[in-house]
Amino acid sequence: MSDSSKDHWYPVGLLSDIYTPRQTLLFDQEISLTHDDTGFVVKKSGGVSLPTIERFGHLWTSLGQPDHDLFVIPEADTPGRHLVDVGSVKVKCSPLRAVENFLDIAHFPFIHTDILGAEPHTEVDRYKVEIREGVNEVWATKVKFFQPQAAKSAEGGIITEYMYRVPAPTCAVLYKTCPPRPKEWDIITLFVQPLTEEWCEVWPWMALYDDDSTMAEMVSFQQLIFMQDRSILENQIPLKLPLDPGMETPTQADMTSVAYRRWLKRIGYSYGAQMVAA
Amino acid sequence: MILYDYVLSASCYKIRLMAALSGQKLELQAVNFHPAREHKSPEMLKLNPGGTLPILRDEDLIMTDSSDMLRHLTRNLPEWQGDDDGWLDFARTLNETLGMARLHDVLGFEVDIDAARKRGVHLLRLLEAHLTEQRFDGMIFLTGDTPTIADIACFPNTALAPDGGVSLDVYPSIRLWMRALRSLPGFIEMPGIHRLHELEAAE
Ligand SMILES: [Fe+2]
Repeated sequence: MSDSSKDHWYPVGLLSDIYTPRQTLLFDQEISLTHDDTGFVVKKSGGVSLPTIERFGHLWTSLGQPDHDLFVIPEADTPGRHLVDVGSVKVKCSPLRAVENFLDIAHFPFIHTDILGAEPHTEVDRYKVEIREGVNEVWATKVKFFQPQAAKSAEGGIITEYMYRVPAPTCAVLYKTCPPRPKEWDIITLFVQPLTEEWCEVWPWMALYDDDSTMAEMVSFQQLIFMQDRSILENQIPLKLPLDPGMETPTQADMTSVAYRRWLKRIGYSYGAQMVAA
Repeated sequence: MILYDYVLSASCYKIRLMAALSGQKLELQAVNFHPAREHKSPEMLKLNPGGTLPILRDEDLIMTDSSDMLRHLTRNLPEWQGDDDGWLDFARTLNETLGMARLHDVLGFEVDIDAARKRGVHLLRLLEAHLTEQRFDGMIFLTGDTPTIADIACFPNTALAPDGGVSLDVYPSIRLWMRALRSLPGFIEMPGIHRLHELEAAE
């Protein structure tokens, strides 16, 4: 494969889980995670060591030659946040499908009924989507949506404002109105480990202000939400993400998805993508 | 009553569902089963040396077996009792097969997945045969005309079988039985198990 897919950083494990050696897959290749005096060791099955980065509670590695550092989320460093390792869930779908679903705000009322959305509040207002050239990221801003229970710490319905950011092909960051601190954003991420082109391991991670919930409650809330997505993701056809926009008709709510697909095409990312019409 | 609970656990859902259907309030105590394995933490092991969830605490009584919990919740509710013993054992085997297949597929547990699915399919065939017999006798539930703890015990791991890669498409009697359970007043959902939608109910 001559595309750029392998030259990025991918999450492969939790830093909080260092005592458990782990065998897993990355781009169809077996890799192993262990830990010694020097830190984490990630190896291919032939014994070749891979580079690592420790960030956002996760261990990251790459099979290719990344010419860039892993992205940062400066907002997550403000003090007082709870950094939440949600843990991984495996899904039989393309890694890109998992990210695309995370970016799709229109599914909230139907898939996360009465939690992240509710009928009849199903409209999505106009918002702004752009590919930021300097940083080479996809951003959607000024996204406003009615939510019955936007976070574990939210009582009753509120109009929630969001920003979506795609800083790497299989990673998405959601910035969301923070009920207890209106001037800050809660941060919810989806880091996706590509196992194969049609199978992925999804590592949600959060940096939240929430003084009412226990860690177990915050983890449970996000796992509940993601499991609702999982059943949708496993039933999507095709399992790979079509990059040809002609195949599915976009609506206002899909603008972020359209920008995401266009950006993947532009950076030459094909792993988990369907390039030709089925 | 306090339920030490994990949101994605079929066995914890069993207890939440039984309490909801019988109008009893549970205080839920979330446990970080995944990824932190908090159910194996020293505090939790003090409550349940077996290191499993759910755990149900009713004042001084601590229960760690979900069948005991179902019996406890319905001890004064004869309408929820039937010829349940065999089915409570059956529910345990569903948990060891379909339940483990699901933990393998969703959370990456190490399991002999082919064996788990194969044994799970065998159990689904037994369940389908029994429920078909029941229908011939004019009954929709496992032990009679009305649901008992037998149904509640067997329902979650059956309904969640697709999460573990086992399809329910070929079991019409199981599907009817699940619809009957999903339409019960007070029914609650969990990811992968939905209440009956109005459209579906009108089909
Ligand atoms: Fe979702």
